[in-house]
Parts: sequence; structure tokens; C-alpha cells
Amino acid sequence: MTTSIPSIAAAYDEAPVTLLRRRRLLLLGGLLALAFALPPLLGSDYWLNAILIPFLVLSLAGLGLNLLTGYTGQTSVGAAGFMAVGAFATYGLLLRVPGLPLPLALLGGGLIAAAVGWLFGIPSARIKGFYLMVTTLAAQFFLEWVFAKFPWFYNHASSGTISAPRLELFGYNLATPAGRYLLALSCVVLLTWVAHNLVRSQIGRNWMAIRDMDTAAAVIGIPVERYKRQAFAVSSFYLGIAGALWAFAYLGTASAGSFDINRSFQILFIIIIGGMGSIAGNFLGAAFISLLPIFLNHAGQWLSGGHVDTGQLQNLQKVIFGALIIWFLVKEPEGLIRLLRNLAERLRRWPLRF
Amino acid sequence: MQAIRKHGLAAASLALLLAAAPPVSAAPGEQFLPLATYRVGAYASSGIPVWAGMIDYLRYINEVEGGINGVKLVWQECETEWTAEKGIECYERFKNGLNGAPVAVYHPNGAPAAYALSDKAAADRIPLITLGYGRTEATDGSVFPYNFPVMLTFYSEASVVINYIAQREGGFDKLKGKKIATVYHDSAYGRETQGPLKLLAEKYGFENIQIPVADPGNEQSAQWRQVRQAKPDWVFLRTWGVSTPVAIKTAARFGFPVERIIGDIWASSDEDVLPAGDAGKGYLALTPYPGGADFEIHKRLKEHILDQGKSDLKDPKSFGSVYYNSGLVNAAIAVEAIRAGQARFGNRPLTGDEGRWGLEHLRLDEARLEEMGFLGLLQPLELSCSDHEGGGAAKVQQWDGEKWNLITDWVAADRATLRPLIDAKSAEYAREKGVIPRDCRAEQ
Repeated sequence: MTTSIPSIAAAYDEAPVTLLRRRRLLLLGGLLALAFALPPLLGSDYWLNAILIPFLVLSLAGLGLNLLTGYTGQTSVGAAGFMAVGAFATYGLLLRVPGLPLPLALLGGGLIAAAVGWLFGIPSARIKGFYLMVTTLAAQFFLEWVFAKFPWFYNHASSGTISAPRLELFGYNLATPAGRYLLALSCVVLLTWVAHNLVRSQIGRNWMAIRDMDTAAAVIGIPVERYKRQAFAVSSFYLGIAGALWAFAYLGTASAGSFDINRSFQILFIIIIGGMGSIAGNFLGAAFISLLPIFLNHAGQWLSGGHVDTGQLQNLQKVIFGALIIWFLVKEPEGLIRLLRNLAERLRRWPLRF
Repeated sequence: MQAIRKHGLAAASLALLLAAAPPVSAAPGEQFLPLATYRVGAYASSGIPVWAGMIDYLRYINEVEGGINGVKLVWQECETEWTAEKGIECYERFKNGLNGAPVAVYHPNGAPAAYALSDKAAADRIPLITLGYGRTEATDGSVFPYNFPVMLTFYSEASVVINYIAQREGGFDKLKGKKIATVYHDSAYGRETQGPLKLLAEKYGFENIQIPVADPGNEQSAQWRQVRQAKPDWVFLRTWGVSTPVAIKTAARFGFPVERIIGDIWASSDEDVLPAGDAGKGYLALTPYPGGADFEIHKRLKEHILDQGKSDLKDPKSFGSVYYNSGLVNAAIAVEAIRAGQARFGNRPLTGDEGRWGLEHLRLDEARLEEMGFLGLLQPLELSCSDHEGGGAAKVQQWDGEKWNLITDWVAADRATLRPLIDAKSAEYAREKGVIPRDCRAEQ
């Protein structure tokens, strides 16, 4: 009697999961097809330029930081610094290496960012937690200073800003809104796929073991210091590519000021709100952080019909946005992804409760 | 009773909100002027009087002058928080016009957004007006057809300062051997005058000392100790935000005379000197839009807008402040550019390309400025395809502890000397981006 219960439960658990997985794969495929077919369907640049491109790039940056913070447990507030490295390195490569194709320049920018990340990851061997966070804070300020101080990095432009060189791939012009969107989307899809497999490989399992308890991880034979540095490097690679996309696919220009501490916090909030240690959570978090204020703005304008004083309206939107963040985090400290999973779970048994 | 009081309060506050209703419903036949504003965020306090100035002037044009040659203006706000991202969002939202009312000119209102929009606006053929900021090399309209750093670039600003110092010293030959220190905000903005000052130092033989202040600059003892050691004859103060009052106060502490400090365009507002208190008395600053409420346009605005209760100004004390006046000047340039475009394309709403034509053919001489009520507030301007700055002059004002007093007329920059620097920068940009400069001789 008692022995049969777990086996029934196991059988029950197994079947829907496999079905669900297949359904999820179909859903994901459909979503991807839609994402790639989107630009001609929209007909206006507004969605691409103002909403989708920044959403994609922020998701990628969130993913990069999540690998370090969510999966390996190393809190970093220097994300934007590594984004700056990626942006300035890609710019430098495109400018100084003639004939270098765009994907290679992006890859190079990512690799240089990874090297810098590896360097700033060295202290993680000795210090942990808040103390490590302070070293990443130092990295943030140092990198920001470097890209403001030395004119070589921005090719001696009087304003200290770099602007996107010609974006071309196989002679195809990527400078149009649709081209920049597809560039960002391709990078994000490719890198998300890599990250998804990475966290399920031995590397990912080692990272998570370190996150959960690094002493225990060391005891079972994981070279903790090496994996921590590796997490810094991989995370910075992602952030570097996100930074290059932020500068060239989205803004079209960048200066050290585009990658200030506020951007680091923004990315940290994305992973906290979206869900630490989750791939899909980054996309939810980025959507929340970047799209909700725009939605609130439109809703405010529509509801008030222009009859409310704009200054008050702007402040009101800030208040609502802040209140929503607090409400969501109180409701579910593990982030939106957990909220969504709970909701799906509940829907499956609706109208009964578990 | 309590419920009634609560509801009454809610209703009253709603009514109060409804009272300040800007016009938003546009119709074809109207000209749309998007307002990318920042009313929240770190720079809101300087932004709010600017928007009040712009909106008051646009209201004045609509209600008193009946629009621009009969074409009414319609405007809508969008919050940018002075960031590039929100600035792009606002631009994308507005660029196709509002209910059929097209956009002729666009004010990005913020350096990050201006840089980010530079390429996008060129692709969409919408001219950007960046007054007192933005790319200096965009003066060269053959490479930057859609960027207009109207009135005063940072290069011209540096030259104005040197010319003013020469005036005070009694001629350019007296500059030889003098020491001029630039205390600057260590950012792209702060470093932008290094090139022109170096060139001018070589030309006139003064010693050029550069002293950076790291952001945000709320502690400057080290910098002013350095100033005291160098004993400069003049200090050119290129700080902004909190670093300006701190600089003035620290200078006083180190005994550097405040009447030898000349603030730049972003260190020249009431908000920059008020926190410095008594230390700011005698502080000099140059500005392309001087403070003061005695200009003719202020009398007209007072009569038709402020006294009618139609002003956007929250604090009536800001009327005539430097920032409020900068709003007036910003709006006036847009209106006059559209008027210039209408002279060619007819009295109807203009598109971005037509707005660009208008800007490139903008001529504001003294007679026209007097007609507009801007004489003394706005410098004579003449823009062209190869010159998107058009003016290059500023006035020097002095703070007396309560208000700014103008102590010079327009001091013109030596733009011919600096033009080769600008041309070199714009040629470099054209090479880097693969832009083929248009032929300005063919543009008439």
C-alpha cells in the first residue's frame, strides 16, 4: 500500500512533463519564427527602434550577469563596465582592422571583455559576498574612467563618443531598423542557446555547486577558484556583446556615460525581478524593466487625454512603477519566472487548488 | 463627513490637474512641435523652467500672433529623464507627426539623446536643433545636414572667453604671458574646449592650464589648491550641476577672487550661483541667452500669457531666469526656422526636409529681432549650408547676489581661426562613417 504511492506519483509526474516539453518546444519554435518574421509585419520603426531592440539587448545583458550572479553566486555591480569594454573593443576592432567582418568584430569585442572580466574575477579566489561586490564596483568605476580618460579608445573624437561604423554583413546593409533588430535577435538567440546548454553541462553544474556552497564544492573536488574566474569571463563575454549591441544596434552611439553605474543596477534589477538562476527570467525581467515604463507612459497619456499636468503624470508613473516592483518582490521574492510557473501550475488544476 | 471631505479633496485635486490642460488634439493643417522634456530625474530642476519658457512662447505664437502665418502649432510632451534611451523612444514616437500634423524640427534636449539621434534623424530627414550642446563639428552642414548646433558651440564659447579676457586686459597683445586656467568637469563636455584653447594659446601666447574636476565634483580642494599655486590671471569655469557652486565656494575659501572666474554656458544660471551664497557675488558667466525679464518679449508674455493665467510656469519667480529665457530662445528658433521655410514652401505645415531648408536659410537681423521682441536676448543669426552655428557670440553677465546684470554686449567668437579644427573633425567623421559631403555651393 505504502510502496505504491510514490510509483503512481512518479508515473503521473513523468507523462505530462514529456508532453509538456514537446509542447514547449513547439511554442518556442513558433515564438522564434514570429520574432524573425516580425519586422515586415510591424510596418513602423517605433516598435523595433524604441521597444524590441533595447528589450533584446537588456535581456542578453541580464543573461550574462545571471550566469555570474544567479548561477555561480558571485554578486556583481560592474555589469555595465564590462558592457563598455565590449562596446569600445568592438568599435576599436572595426575601426583599426580594415575589412574585419562584423560578426568577428563582435566576437573579438566579446573576447576582450571576457579577458577583462577574467582579470577582475581574480579577487574572487580570496573574497566573497559583499566584499567581492565592492571589487566589482571598483571595476565599474575604473572602466568608466578609462574610457573617458584616454582619447585613443574613442578615436580622439571631441565629444568622447563613439558612433557606429557601417554595419554590414556580406554586403547587406544592417543599419536599417530591421537589420539592427535581426542582428540583435540573432545574437540573442545564439547566445541564449549556448547559455541554456552551458548551465546544463558539467560547467553549469559546477557553477551551481559553488553557488550553493563553495566549501562543499571544493570538498567534492571542484576547482572552485578556476570555475569562479571562468564564470567571470563567460559572463563578461555575454555582457561585452550586449554592450556592443547596445552601442551599435540600439543607440547608434555610446560614451563612457552610457555605461554608468545606473546601467549596472538596471541589469542587476532585471535578474532580481526576472529570477536568479533562470534563463527565461532574464527576458521577463528585461520586459518588466524596459517595457513597463513605456506602457505606463502610453497608458497615462491615453487615460488623461492630455488633461493632466505632465510633470505630475511623470512623477505618478515613477510611483506606480516603484510600487509594482515592491509588490512583485513581496509577492514572489524569487522573481517573475517563479510567479509565472506558479501561475501555470495553478492553471493546470483550475478551478481546484492543489 | 470624513468620506465627503476625502472625496471633495480628490475631486478638487482632479479639477486642479484638469485645469492645466495643454492642447494635444492635432489636426491636419497644424504644425507639430514635439517636446522631449525632463521633468523627473536629476536634471528636472533646470529643465522645468526651460519647458515653461518654450510652452509660454508657443502659446503666445498661437494665441496672440495666430500661429506662424496662420499655421497653428500643436505640441505634446514626452519624458526623457535626460537619457539616451528614453530620448530615442520619444523621438520614435513623435517622428511621424501627430494625427497628420508633421514634424519640421526636433529638439533632443539633452546631449546623450542628441548623439544617439544624430544618425537616426539624418535617415528620417528631420533636423535636430541642439542649442549650446551637441557635436561641435556639426557646424559643418555639408557632413551633418540634419544637425544644427545653433548659436554657440563649445569651440566658439572658448574663443568668446579669450576674446572677452583680451577686452578686459586691453588687447590681444596683452594676453602674452598671461595665465588662463580652465577648471573643467572631467567628461566629454568638459574636455571639448581643450582643442580650441590649445590653438588659441599658441596664437596669443598665453599659458593654458587645464585642471580637471572628477564627476560629480562636490569636493574640489585639490583643484583650487592647484589654482592657487599656479596663480592664474583668469579662471574659465566649465563645470556643471553641483560642481559649479562648489567651485565658487572653494575658490573663495582659497582666496581666488570670484570676479576673475568666468563661468561657461552650463555654469551660468541662477541655480548655479544661488547655493554659493555670498561667495558668488561678482561671479562672471557667459551666456547666449542672458537672464532678465526686461526684454520686449517678456512684456508681451506678461500681458498675454502670465497675467491671463495661461503660463506653464510653476514658480513665477523663474520668469526671466536664464533657463526660462533659454526656453524662449529655443522655441523662437524653431518658430523662425518654420517661418523661413514657409517663405519658400508656402504657408502650410512643413516636413522635416522643409524644416531643414528653413533652418539653413534662417536670417535674424536686428530689425527682425526687434519685431519679435527678442532684441538683446537673441543674437543676430545667419545660418547656411556650410554654417549650422550661425552666430557664435555670447554676453557676459555678472551676479550681484540677487540677479544677473549684463556687463557686455555680444562678444563674438573668432570663428575663422577655429574653423580648420572643425573641418578636420568633420572630415574625420565623414571618413569614418563613409559620408559623402554634399556640395554646399550647389545648395541655394
